Amino acid sequence: MLNRYPLWKYLLIAAVLVLGVIYAMPNLYPDDPAIQISGASSTLEIQQPDLDRIEQALAAANLPTKGTELGANGRSGLVRLVNRADQLKAQDVVRDALGRDYVVAQNLAPTTPDWLSNIGAGPMTLGLDLSGGVHFLLQVDMEKAIESRVNVYQSELRGLMRTEGVRYRSLPTQGNTLQFGFADEEQRSEARRLISRQYNQFALETTERQDQYVLQLTLTEAEIAAIRDYAVNQNLTTVRNRVNELGVAEPLVQRQGADRIVVELPGVQDTAEAKRVLGKTANLEFRLAAEPDAARATTESFPFRSSQGRVADVERSIIITGDQVTDAQANYDENGRPQVNINLDSHGGELMNRATRSNIGRGMAVLFIEQRQISRTVTEEVDGVMQEVEVPAFVEEKSIISLATIQSALGTQFRITGLDSPAESSELALLLRAGGLAAPMHFVEERTIGPSLGAENIAKGVTATQVGFLAVLVFMIIIYRAFGVFASIALSFNLVLLIALMSMLGATLTLPGIAGIVLTLGMAVDANVLIFSRIKEEIFNGMSPQRAVHEGFDKAFSAIIDGNLTTLLVGVILFAMGSGPIKGFAVTLSLGIVTSMFSAIMVTRAMVNLAVGGRDVKKLWL
Amino acid sequence: MNINRTINFLGLRKFFFGVAIVLMIASLGSLVVKQLNLGLDFTGGALVELNYSEAADLEEIRATLRENGWGDAVVQNFGASTDVLIRLASDDPDLGNQVADMVKRTEGGEVSVKRVEFIGPQVGEELRDQGGLGMLLAIGGILLYVSLRFQMKFAVAAILALVHDVIFTLGFFAFFGLSFDLTVLAALLAVIGYSLNDTIVVFDRIRENIRAMRHTDLVEIINVSTTQTLGRTLATSFSTILVLLALFWFGGENIHGFATALLIGVGIGTYSSIYVAGGLLVTMKLTREDLIPPQIEEEVDERP
Repeated sequence: MLNRYPLWKYLLIAAVLVLGVIYAMPNLYPDDPAIQISGASSTLEIQQPDLDRIEQALAAANLPTKGTELGANGRSGLVRLVNRADQLKAQDVVRDALGRDYVVAQNLAPTTPDWLSNIGAGPMTLGLDLSGGVHFLLQVDMEKAIESRVNVYQSELRGLMRTEGVRYRSLPTQGNTLQFGFADEEQRSEARRLISRQYNQFALETTERQDQYVLQLTLTEAEIAAIRDYAVNQNLTTVRNRVNELGVAEPLVQRQGADRIVVELPGVQDTAEAKRVLGKTANLEFRLAAEPDAARATTESFPFRSSQGRVADVERSIIITGDQVTDAQANYDENGRPQVNINLDSHGGELMNRATRSNIGRGMAVLFIEQRQISRTVTEEVDGVMQEVEVPAFVEEKSIISLATIQSALGTQFRITGLDSPAESSELALLLRAGGLAAPMHFVEERTIGPSLGAENIAKGVTATQVGFLAVLVFMIIIYRAFGVFASIALSFNLVLLIALMSMLGATLTLPGIAGIVLTLGMAVDANVLIFSRIKEEIFNGMSPQRAVHEGFDKAFSAIIDGNLTTLLVGVILFAMGSGPIKGFAVTLSLGIVTSMFSAIMVTRAMVNLAVGGRDVKKLWL
Repeated sequence: MNINRTINFLGLRKFFFGVAIVLMIASLGSLVVKQLNLGLDFTGGALVELNYSEAADLEEIRATLRENGWGDAVVQNFGASTDVLIRLASDDPDLGNQVADMVKRTEGGEVSVKRVEFIGPQVGEELRDQGGLGMLLAIGGILLYVSLRFQMKFAVAAILALVHDVIFTLGFFAFFGLSFDLTVLAALLAVIGYSLNDTIVVFDRIRENIRAMRHTDLVEIINVSTTQTLGRTLATSFSTILVLLALFWFGGENIHGFATALLIGVGIGTYSSIYVAGGLLVTMKLTREDLIPPQIEEEVDERP
């Protein structure tokens, strides 16, 4: 029988429609502006009295609230505000009311009804251009990463040769190449044997110059790639830890490309604070304290970070750096004195063991290294003219945060005692845990979108969607009459389905994304237009209405598939290649094509079948 | 919309090719001479968007910036007389905030910062490369897909029509000095998708008709096919243009470039799928055999 759908198809379409409506629904509930609080340390709990105190403070400051909530784990609390514009003021009020032990951040709290969130339905995530917030792109300085690794290798190799009794002379490092000089060939081949047995990171080469037998060790390509990869991942972890310190709800920290990290902080307006925390390019070094009679050339002296004027001498060679710390916890020893328990990775543990087992009783210093970005002026040729150009540069500031005596040989787990106060131990633990950066980073991109612009973008996007949608409906009904009504219903279905799918997939909606939805609405009717114009054509060629409908759907199919697949291909390429706005657009475009094929072919067909199928139709109202 | 008479599109194909070639030369010319007005996304620099409680005095803002050594800043209204956009070439991530503070202090009325952006020059450069590569990949993918589903000559015709559309849109942006940013690039890629869709529908009908109609010459088949699909082409383009106009008028300043690029692209894409793509097939001498391989008679080989 022509133009009859089996029952299961109707049921399937109905089921998809119901699911679509349910999962699209959360988007009807706009988020509440909110203030989120959490303890600065993990032991601090947030209690109902804290929230009551905040509410009173806010009421006193004339900032209306909608209510408060305690976090499920007792570690955070939420105050819902009435006005978005109050958020910044409210944040200050809450900060004053609670004091320094709490992290106070702006947030957006979902208002999705419980029954919807229980089945996993939630609104679409809004991009920063719609919600407001800060976006940073950080670039990891790879040259520094490799340089510092080369330095670590250099001290390791020196130690190795010293303990094995090979006499060498250090020659200056050239880029990725370490150089050692030897008095005779035997020494050199001994060194070569030793190194190649334990290290496969180097390509070894020998040369002779000025009566010296030189051994050159160049990092292999694979090792350099590993260092780069490690540097980005280590920095990513560190940035994540630091972002958590900011207490921002739903931050995004992601690797982008080979050497970049994206940080997105929705709702944050205070860029200075965020940049200060993120840009804190700190690292740590563990070094032995210098022996009193050590040669000046092998030692360096650094000031203490906490007490001004106090200085200590430490050895130049580094035992390990902070990025080899896997965990650090502040607590107390048997006598109730503050200490920090440290875990190292296995490589770090081995190095630590080697350095400490013969140095029991000596001091070991933990050095804090801060890299601050400054602008340096250099003369450079710009467009053929010599000009003074400002370039970002780094200054390194090193200071001692702890100097403790080695009690026994240390391994992957050890503790640092002799700290002055619990505050010092918890800060040290935090710094160790937050991790040093494997390499310094600088900001290469920064976008701050104010909340008012976000709201404006949403409002305009919604208006454009509504107007565009209505225009298409009117147009379709004018040119295809009854069938235009079918197409309109299918198009509405398509819009619901697209929103539901985006919400379910957790896709982020951006302004270009909204543009993509609008464009999809315009293009989605194409499949219907193809089908309807084909039906008209078949009727014109003298076919019966029933037959024409059947043929129309059939014959238009290959054109619909070819046309849409090629557009989908473009969408997928856009998604894979693009970043930011392009990606947001690609998502809605691609999903829109998929949903529109379903709605334009299946749903329209179902409606047409219900209307004309199995009936003796003389004339189609088309 | 039913057209009962076959329109002789290809009769005028020399004329339309001429038009296309003139348009291409003009577009390439303006691209070379005037060049694209690349936006912040591609050039790098700092951008500040401010909202004033009253109509902003652009001259005063410019003066303030000049005093502080930023004489080359671009200051313009953005959508409304109360909204101001400031653009500077810079490689200092903090400059945007500094400028915002600087300008905020000068005005009497209330000023709020709507957005501050900084893009490093290197990032911009990469985006440019990435965008170009994306475009090439898209074209390559399409070439492959159309070659497989149709035939090589169709693919080449489709790609040439696409290149025509893209170059024209780029030329348009260059000629009128419209800002070319990432959203415009996205729009351009969407134009590729859209215009291809259009072309494919026409091609699909040409393929169908070549198979169904025997003993008719190619020009006739293409004319018939284009006529048959004309109603659909116009209807779809019209509905797309309707929503794009909605975006253009109601979507706000940030989406203007996007909507403009698509409006131009969809317009020229519709034109090119009607006149350029089909005509190219004739120029490349598409034959029935390209779509239906002739049966090779086995006996031929066996004879000495």
